[in-house]
Amino acid sequence: MAEVVGRVYRVSGPVVEVEEAWSLSMLEVVEVGNLHLVGEVVHLKTGHAFVQVYEDTTSLKPGDPVYSNHEPLSVELGPGLLGSIFDGVQRPLQLIREKQGMAIARGIHLPPLERTRRWEFAPVASAGQQAGPGAIIGEVQETGLVRHLIMVPPGLSGRLVWVAPPGDYTVEDKIAVLDTGQGQVPLRLFQRWPVRRSRPYQRKIEPNEPLLTGQRVIDTLFPLAKGGSVAVPGGFGTGKTVVQHQMARWSDADIVVFVGCGERGNEMTDVLLSFPSLVDPRQGRPLMERTILVANTSNMPVAAREASIYTGITLAEYYRDMGYHVALMADSTSRWAEALRELSGRLEEMPLEEGFPAYLPSRLAEFYERAGAVRNLNGRSGSISIIASVSPPGGDFSEPVTAHTKRFIRAFWALDRELANARHYPAISWTESYSEYLEDVQNWWHEKISPEWLSLRYAIMEILQKEQKLMQVVKLIGPDVLPPSQRLILETAELFKNAFLQQNAFEPVDAFTSPKKQLLMLKAIMRFHEKAEMAVKNGLAVSRIRQLPIYQKLLRMKTNYPEDALDRLEEFLKEFETAFQQEEF
Amino acid sequence: MSEYDLREYQGLEEVVGPIFIIRGIHSVGYNQLVEITDSEGRYRIGLTLEVGQGYAVVQVLGGTAGLSLGNCRVRFRGRPLTIGVSEEMLGRVFNGLGEPLDNLPAPLAEEMADVNGLTINPTARDYPRNIIETGLSAIDVMNTLVRGQKLPIFSGSGLPHNTIAAQIARQARVRGESFCIVFAAMGVKYDTARFFLRGFEESGVLERVAVFLSLADSPSIERLMTPRVALTCAEFLAFRKNMHVLVIMTDMANYCEALRELSTIRGEIPARKGYPGYLYSDLASLYERAGMVKDLAGSITQLPILTMPNDDITHPIPDLTGFITEGQIVLERELSVRGIYPPIAGLPSLSRLMKDNIGKGLTREDHPALAAQLFSCYAHVKDIRALAAIVGEEELAPLDHLYLQFGESFERDFLCQGVDQRRSLEESLDLGWEILSLLPREELVRISEEMLGKYYRGKDER
Repeated sequence: MAEVVGRVYRVSGPVVEVEEAWSLSMLEVVEVGNLHLVGEVVHLKTGHAFVQVYEDTTSLKPGDPVYSNHEPLSVELGPGLLGSIFDGVQRPLQLIREKQGMAIARGIHLPPLERTRRWEFAPVASAGQQAGPGAIIGEVQETGLVRHLIMVPPGLSGRLVWVAPPGDYTVEDKIAVLDTGQGQVPLRLFQRWPVRRSRPYQRKIEPNEPLLTGQRVIDTLFPLAKGGSVAVPGGFGTGKTVVQHQMARWSDADIVVFVGCGERGNEMTDVLLSFPSLVDPRQGRPLMERTILVANTSNMPVAAREASIYTGITLAEYYRDMGYHVALMADSTSRWAEALRELSGRLEEMPLEEGFPAYLPSRLAEFYERAGAVRNLNGRSGSISIIASVSPPGGDFSEPVTAHTKRFIRAFWALDRELANARHYPAISWTESYSEYLEDVQNWWHEKISPEWLSLRYAIMEILQKEQKLMQVVKLIGPDVLPPSQRLILETAELFKNAFLQQNAFEPVDAFTSPKKQLLMLKAIMRFHEKAEMAVKNGLAVSRIRQLPIYQKLLRMKTNYPEDALDRLEEFLKEFETAFQQEEF
Repeated sequence: MSEYDLREYQGLEEVVGPIFIIRGIHSVGYNQLVEITDSEGRYRIGLTLEVGQGYAVVQVLGGTAGLSLGNCRVRFRGRPLTIGVSEEMLGRVFNGLGEPLDNLPAPLAEEMADVNGLTINPTARDYPRNIIETGLSAIDVMNTLVRGQKLPIFSGSGLPHNTIAAQIARQARVRGESFCIVFAAMGVKYDTARFFLRGFEESGVLERVAVFLSLADSPSIERLMTPRVALTCAEFLAFRKNMHVLVIMTDMANYCEALRELSTIRGEIPARKGYPGYLYSDLASLYERAGMVKDLAGSITQLPILTMPNDDITHPIPDLTGFITEGQIVLERELSVRGIYPPIAGLPSLSRLMKDNIGKGLTREDHPALAAQLFSCYAHVKDIRALAAIVGEEELAPLDHLYLQFGESFERDFLCQGVDQRRSLEESLDLGWEILSLLPREELVRISEEMLGKYYRGKDER
């Protein structure tokens, strides 16, 4: 049982000052008051400790006891994480609902992993073997999609003196005993890890495989590598959440950790209700089997919002250690930064720009540095990709959170208000976005799909660039004064936007596009451009182009050729040879 | 009675704005109810904002006018602010703290409820599913409102946001069912409140409305409680009495100003434009009280109204609201000046819950594509207008002229309708096709061939 380590001295919102707190250390977890509200020590000063409390502090009063086990804020890692939804400090929200009904009451203490559920454990190591940190002792089929590897926790190594036989075990059951030389340590199906410390690995490796998302503007124009980080900034209503949901649905990660940080409750409800019935496009299993949700919605306590990002990334690291590719969606990091700001203000720290604390950039850096492709302690390789949305106030990308984030990411998918207003989704701007992973993933594209990928991509980007410059002229004097070759650029760019970039998340055929189809579509559009260029030189009026049957076919190729009919799309590419010949001009 | 009810303190240390500091007290909790009686016997209530060893900072909800350091008596009740709620609240008028203003006795409370509400477990929420027909084409077709949604109206001073909100309240139906209404007025003038009350009266729904008024002459601090009190009433009606509740809150800008005022007096570090860093969380604690809960029949739909200072949509109040709410209805001055009612801006308006609730089996199969095409064509109209303003309309290509014609018809025929005119969704959709058919068929790239074949009525079939 936790001991009394101090008394409440002052309460101001989520921050509680504790007196007689000499035994408390930084970042340890305490329980405050008679309800045992969970909090974390964030500042120590002359016998007083400042605690950020993860629950509503209403009715706490000076003199209330403060308890501690002298442990840092930790999460439980083991079978049962997948398919679950936790709050920012890993409390199991489904179990809480079963116990308490619709509202989250205060002072609930439930273990994150169910204690009674039994898992079928199959040992792979045997007694007598040497086992280092990360070594695999056995396996549990956690869901239909994922085999969960039971590993020796980091920091432990020695000789296995006993390994449990195959059978059904609860997470607390002993499944092995490790002799470390200083004593025998029992190992269980689950382990604990402090969220603010990154889990160790051997070394980082080069990310060289794309994280395929099925979203054409992303995979083809601004790809993300497995192990990369990308920021998705956009004002309200530009579609950040839809992009995040699309990534969670379609990306080819093995595991998806979705952190809903200070966002709408209904968005988590949407994921919870839709994911169990959505099927993974590769393996045909429900998406929920590879997904963990961490939900700290905007009306939940602000301190737990600050912690939710760390909880999410620690869960991601654990699956990375098994050798999986993990995608972490954080929606939205701005709300996390605001939680930092609010807590910092309550601690009366010196504010910098827009009230954010001076340590905002270093916290962001620490977080993004936990992404990456790595060689694990057990020799396997895995990765964490971070897809972080940013909600800049007023859509202004020069504000502190966006500006600092840009320093620590290598891809940037800027969401554009005008595109969103015209309902061009995903509203990812092709002028402001960038990806530094192009070079990293080009080999993959060239080997697996086509050696033309990078050159086609640059060719279409050039057309978009030219279009942007021409539009400045058009906006002043209209398109009619441009020579036909330049008007064709406008037409091709327009075609590309409508036929390729725009993608309907709610249309079954269009929602996901394989790399192969993306390449064929891109090729079709570029071939059209070449042929049309010739035809225009030979006198075809540019205004006629839109009425050509081939143009209309291009516009609808995204829905007319489903993934199982790509050979028809290849056939279609041959039509270009004759498409312009039939035209009389 | 607990020990706190018996203990009474006299004398304050400091009074500043709506806040006072009291010392020499014992065992007072955070965010608890405080009762204050001044030397003339006037009674008011407050809440503890901060508590420390032997002191408390208290915000006085009735304002601090008339409080003196020496003569007032203070009691700490040892519980948060609660109000008595009951079905009888419908048909009544209250002040911002839930006390009757209509000279009738307070309704008999069925339950006492904490004004801060409950944090709904995200796993307990149900995803909003039934669309609300408002009878306004601009909303029903383009920005469909869904039961359980929070959809604010972003307006500016002088724009007809009140008329629109009142029209929605009057006409809103889900499969023929109407709503009961909770109306909260924060810092608005009496005329505005009167406008709504008269509207409710004339349409005969007054006995289905609970009204909470904290008018411009009430202490600004009372505005901080008004939406909480109103939502507490709404939650009771929705989740205990299984009713469908439409909550209209006006004007959220006044609420935010009151929050800024309090924050400044407390000397907190401001974020943007002097608003406190927790404005987002605070607004979320109101807006997130909309929604539906699994296994319960009732729902709360929110229609907050806010006037954007200087029509600036990037101002922190509309900006943070837009990040929390599920879309927004934006009113445009230019349309209003041209006599178009409702002046609902075509492009920046948005309903996030629309996508999952329209289309085949929900509204009509053509609805999603039609709406997307209208948006995209109207966006193009804006570009052409910008060009026409420079080169002159005469210089435009024939296709561009068609677009201009479409734009004009979109605004005059589609958006525009009477204050008492209710269009069925079917009518509105057909109207959408009618104006879309002004454009040549090959321009309609967001709509499938199949749909075009079925609904397109343009003349130039090539």
